[in-house]
Amino acid sequence: MAELTTLAEAVAALVRDGDMVALEGFTHLIPVAAGQEIIRQGVRDLTLVRMTPDIVYDQMIGAGCASGLVFSWGGNPGVGSLHRLRDAVEHEWPAPLRLEEHSHAGMANRYAAGASGLPFAVLRGYVGTDLPRHTANIAAITCPFTGEVLTAVPALNPDVSIIHAQRADRRGNVQLWGITGVQKEAVLAARRSLVTVEEFVDTLEPRPGAMVLPTWAVTAVAAVPRGAHPSYAQGYYERDNTYYQEWDAISRDRDTFTGWLDRHVFGSAVGAP
Amino acid sequence: MTGGSVAGGSVSDWSADEMMTVAAARALVGHTACFVGIGLPSTAANLARRLHNPDLTLIYESGTIGAKPSVPPLSIGDGELAETADAVVSVPEIFNYWLQPGRIDVGFLSAAQLDRFGNINTTVVGPDYRRPKVRLPGAGGAPEIAASCGEVFVVVRHSPRTFVDRVDFVTSVGFGDGPGHREQLGLRGRGPVLVITDLGVLQPDPDRCELALTALHPGIELETVRSATGWDLAVADGLRVSEPPTAEELRVLRDLTPTQSTGDSRWAT
Repeated sequence: MAELTTLAEAVAALVRDGDMVALEGFTHLIPVAAGQEIIRQGVRDLTLVRMTPDIVYDQMIGAGCASGLVFSWGGNPGVGSLHRLRDAVEHEWPAPLRLEEHSHAGMANRYAAGASGLPFAVLRGYVGTDLPRHTANIAAITCPFTGEVLTAVPALNPDVSIIHAQRADRRGNVQLWGITGVQKEAVLAARRSLVTVEEFVDTLEPRPGAMVLPTWAVTAVAAVPRGAHPSYAQGYYERDNTYYQEWDAISRDRDTFTGWLDRHVFGSAVGAP
Repeated sequence: MTGGSVAGGSVSDWSADEMMTVAAARALVGHTACFVGIGLPSTAANLARRLHNPDLTLIYESGTIGAKPSVPPLSIGDGELAETADAVVSVPEIFNYWLQPGRIDVGFLSAAQLDRFGNINTTVVGPDYRRPKVRLPGAGGAPEIAASCGEVFVVVRHSPRTFVDRVDFVTSVGFGDGPGHREQLGLRGRGPVLVITDLGVLQPDPDRCELALTALHPGIELETVRSATGWDLAVADGLRVSEPPTAEELRVLRDLTPTQSTGDSRWAT
């Protein structure tokens, strides 16, 4: 059964220096408040995993939480570059960042293998690209039945996966809907998991197309209203596009960024925008 | 860049970006399902659905199949995509069940660098991957879109920085090193059959697989395209001039993008 707790307690209990941590969300339901709590608690040397690292990973990398990044697309969607990520890669500020780079199809299959308890996944992918030359975790594999040569990628099994969902009941069963990305796979692949939710409800009313993660498959659940802001939570609030656009200027300059971090992360309560 | 003088010497009032988007939308006539990248491709695909091909199924890598957004989304995962979609599936499903087997007939991509064989780079600029001159966002869904869609259209602004002789990094394979390379790699789709820019249209030479200029947009000089291309650009026999945007195309496009440019700033440095 999932433990119902607070965000600060959950991060303190579940996220440790040196962990491989995945905060997943595909534009929708991004666990931003949890990422900022990791910054506040000063966790270091994380290998961050995510298909689409966006501004919360930019914040975590700029704040010095990460020593590695496993990813397939790192950008500010619709706006441009992630300047803190680029500063880390291009100038090793505030610290060097190891990159392990994949395609979306490869990352999605790595999570699916992790959730399935398999050591690797097979796909048609990466062939002819320069990615295998730089990413050790991509290999050719021959089909034992047809002899066809395909691509294998190893399972991803993060120490901790963190996602955000619309709601949970008081036993810790989690319900999410809309674009659910790779969140189920990320939670089931992880050794420990934390779900932040918009609200707790007495009863989870079934919704067409909604996904339920049963309480016994999740380690901890914490209520964090607006915990996905500036991304969105369908049925609760819209995407704050202005924030994404403003992040470009905030993140370009190291001093502006650290000033923002002091005011908005270290100086703010849990979940505040 | 504004307008182009058209036949008769009159000066039109469409922008080069609008011409590009209109030309890209026209290319989707007759297609069934389109895997859409964000930015320029998304605007063009949405214009096509409004104008030329109302039954076109738009598929975004966020897992939305048959999305019908009222405005082009800022990201590939905007809420309106899910709310208007025929189906919303997980990300592993969109890649494994829908893209990988070749069910999607056209993939619509952009590029930070594009070379003479239509190979795409969205990873790093510079010769050293570990110490790049510019770190770009990376692959996303593009390598498998470029491999597995029936064919690929690329929509990208023309500049010597973008149109390079060889890409610094092959993120998504076009025709690789040239004739026969896709087949040798076992890639199932036909590859980049059409490149639409703000200056004209490029298509691969059937024998050499090298991109050649097949159309100029109205008012664009051949020399302008040549100097914006980082290789010795071949010109196809029977070079055409694109039909200028119609009033209807411009009306719908401007209605679609009232508050935003049609531009793609994702590669902005």
